Amino acid sequence: MLQIDKIQENDHTILILSGEVDASNSVDLDNALQAIMEPNKKILLDGSKLQYISSAGLGVFMSYLEEFEAQTIKFVIFGLNQKVYNVFHILGLDQLITIQTTKEKALQEFYEA
Amino acid sequence: MRHNLILSCEKSKLAELRGFLNGVLDKSQLSDIAKNQVVLAVDEVCSNLMIHSHHCNPDDKIFLEVFQTDNKLIIEIKDSGEGFNMLEYEQPELAEVKRKRRKGGLGIMLVKKIMDHIEFESSGNQNTCRLTKMLNSK
Repeated sequence: MLQIDKIQENDHTILILSGEVDASNSVDLDNALQAIMEPNKKILLDGSKLQYISSAGLGVFMSYLEEFEAQTIKFVIFGLNQKVYNVFHILGLDQLITIQTTKEKALQEFYEA
Repeated sequence: MRHNLILSCEKSKLAELRGFLNGVLDKSQLSDIAKNQVVLAVDEVCSNLMIHSHHCNPDDKIFLEVFQTDNKLIIEIKDSGEGFNMLEYEQPELAEVKRKRRKGGLGIMLVKKIMDHIEFESSGNQNTCRLTKMLNSK
């Protein structure tokens, strides 16, 4: 089960993922990201309620990285639990995607850079 | 003790697969992070089989068996039909995955990084993928 909620806060958009991302529902994550893509946008992904992610979910993030750069979109993930963070780390995706521990630190990436 | 599961080739069954594995691994001495990694590796192999070998046909089945021997956790994943040997799959570089904006290819990288040993056997119409995790490793 994956639930995706969207909150607009100041000039950044927060996507909140709750549950598990796998091959059965990664298309929902893809659609949610696609729907908010806009040049110069700031996107925060709240992963604090994410219990599991497989390569299908990681692949969605990977497939947007070039587009984020092309459209100067800032994208930061925060709040991952240890198990989920570990999955990003195994493949070295934590080197390609900005991942912060808390929302405060994630926001600093946008507003204090 | 051997634990068995028969899985229909539907992606919606992956959650059931993870529930089964979490139950079995609960009794193992693996850390929570290592348990999640093993669950992930099996999820990746089964997703690949469902999608690439069985085109998500719910009438096709995957047979799973999990057991411990000596200091090893072994997961055998059996199916019939067109075999998919991930060891022969040419693994993309991460930079290439990013550049080409592709979504696939990461699952096999994960399985190779997580498991200590991966074997494939095909006999007639039967394919077996055997994943081994050393219980005192990582």
